[in-house]
Amino acid sequence: MTEQPIIEAEGLCRDFTVRTPLGRFRRAKRTVHAVADLTFSVAHGAAVGYIGANGAGKSTTIKMLTGILVPTAGTVRTCGLEPHRRRKELARQIGVVFGQRSQLWWDLPLRESYRALAAVHDLDPARARARLGELVDRLDLASFLDTPVRQLSLGQRIRGEIAAALLHSPRLLVLDEPTIGLDVLSKERLRVFLVEERAAHGTSLLLTTHDMDDVQRLTERVLVVDKGRMAFDGTLTGLVDVVGAQRVMVVDLVEACPGLDQVAGTELVGVEAGGLRQRLAFTPGRTTAAQVLAAVAERAVVRDLAIEEPDIEDVVRKLYLAR
Amino acid sequence: MHPLRTFAVFTALGFRRFSAYRLATAAGAFTNTVFGLIKASITVGVIGAAGGELAGYDALTGATYAWLTQAIIAPVQIFAWDELAQRIRTGDIAVDLARPVDLQMTYLAGDLGRAAFQVLPRGLPPLVAGALVTGLALPHTALPYLLGALALLLGVVVSFLCRWLVNIAAFWLVELRGLMTLYVVSVGAFSGVLIPVHWFPSWLASVAAASPFPSMVQTPVDLLMGRVEGAPALRLLAVQVLWVLMIGVAGRVALRRGVRTVVVQGG
Repeated sequence: MTEQPIIEAEGLCRDFTVRTPLGRFRRAKRTVHAVADLTFSVAHGAAVGYIGANGAGKSTTIKMLTGILVPTAGTVRTCGLEPHRRRKELARQIGVVFGQRSQLWWDLPLRESYRALAAVHDLDPARARARLGELVDRLDLASFLDTPVRQLSLGQRIRGEIAAALLHSPRLLVLDEPTIGLDVLSKERLRVFLVEERAAHGTSLLLTTHDMDDVQRLTERVLVVDKGRMAFDGTLTGLVDVVGAQRVMVVDLVEACPGLDQVAGTELVGVEAGGLRQRLAFTPGRTTAAQVLAAVAERAVVRDLAIEEPDIEDVVRKLYLAR
Repeated sequence: MHPLRTFAVFTALGFRRFSAYRLATAAGAFTNTVFGLIKASITVGVIGAAGGELAGYDALTGATYAWLTQAIIAPVQIFAWDELAQRIRTGDIAVDLARPVDLQMTYLAGDLGRAAFQVLPRGLPPLVAGALVTGLALPHTALPYLLGALALLLGVVVSFLCRWLVNIAAFWLVELRGLMTLYVVSVGAFSGVLIPVHWFPSWLASVAAASPFPSMVQTPVDLLMGRVEGAPALRLLAVQVLWVLMIGVAGRVALRRGVRTVVVQGG
């Protein structure tokens, strides 16, 4: 059976009019093309990373896909529906998390938000209870279900938000910067959960992020948008091939040692403090941080390590130069 | 079934949200009562200076009017409310729009929950104070209370829909303080919260009568006191329903326009 794409955008445009003051009374009108001529489609069940610099048009696209914003031109279909005309119908089939905004009831215990959302989505009480039980279990929410949302830590709140977006078992999950501001451990737990959730329910995923790790772990395809236009559409490895977006592992060693060259899949890009700190660049998709660390550990004792991510802005800039 | 379920849950949430702030409620009730005392004293003084009766109010009914308005201004919410405008301004409205619900209805449900919570804790203290200080002239039959309760409910709805309309303006206006102040002043002047609309000179009374504001305070209090009964009472209720329909539809149209044409702010 061939299913129709979960998202289908053709020639999608959105302009904004920006007024800037010119002296006391006059104002200049300027049209900004936030999204210009985007064409792409996402297959049912796929996981796609949507990346771009700040102001590239990511959030504008997401708002059009979810029916919150009306396109200036072009067409878009999400779950086979025209989003802004069938916004409410669509909202039953998708779950959205805007990482910087909350869909939870701020001054009430977390549990109340789920009660409200079960009613909003008209879920059968027994099914809602079972689904919530599953989410509480897997996202580890039990210890703060009775805590008012305003008292939750960021990591707790984001887990609560994800559960809220998934309570009605949507076909498509849209995450707008879900891991922003989270610590490494919280990010990792969230990623593990999302991978399991998709494996169990076949949920399609559209993810915007600044974190290349999110893209690598959660998605199989990357769309890069720049100044409202599609700059790249392919796999992460393909993107890395084009722009050479490498990650750098910085290792602090217990004892100084000569440059760690010839570690498989890496390139030694720096030796500091007489060999106490070394920088190894590697390409995600060809090797993993764990493999690099294991290879390094065979030759020296590692005291501490950090991984420097390729900057999205940098990736986009290189992409622009490579074209 | 489904819209009703959602409405009921949002009403319950509105109730619970406000019940979470006990101290604020107590402080509000105290303020209402103190201002009730001031208003009742002024009202009684004015009626005394007018020779013991003014436009159908004697000292006791005048004081009752003052206390009753103080008792219902919290549930009716005659003050500035900009929660929705803030959500529009920050872009949090996107979260509301991502839900399969009627935005105006869910906000109305939440506001009714708020009002339901506030009726007793914000209404009883001024009335108890009134009964002790000046005495209250309240009807002895059930019907005025029934009609009054209905008028109060409609008054809350009219007030909510007016506030909704003012807040929706945030889609177009970045700075809402001017409009909000104009609105609060208009409510203060024309709703009957300061002095009964019946005391207005006729030209001012017709301005008030052409506005929805008397439907918020004057009408519920007139019906609760039994000042208006029978067919005229039904006519006042009909006027309230008319305002609900007109401002309600205007609010729906305004929301649709706002969402269509205007930017959801922020990333």
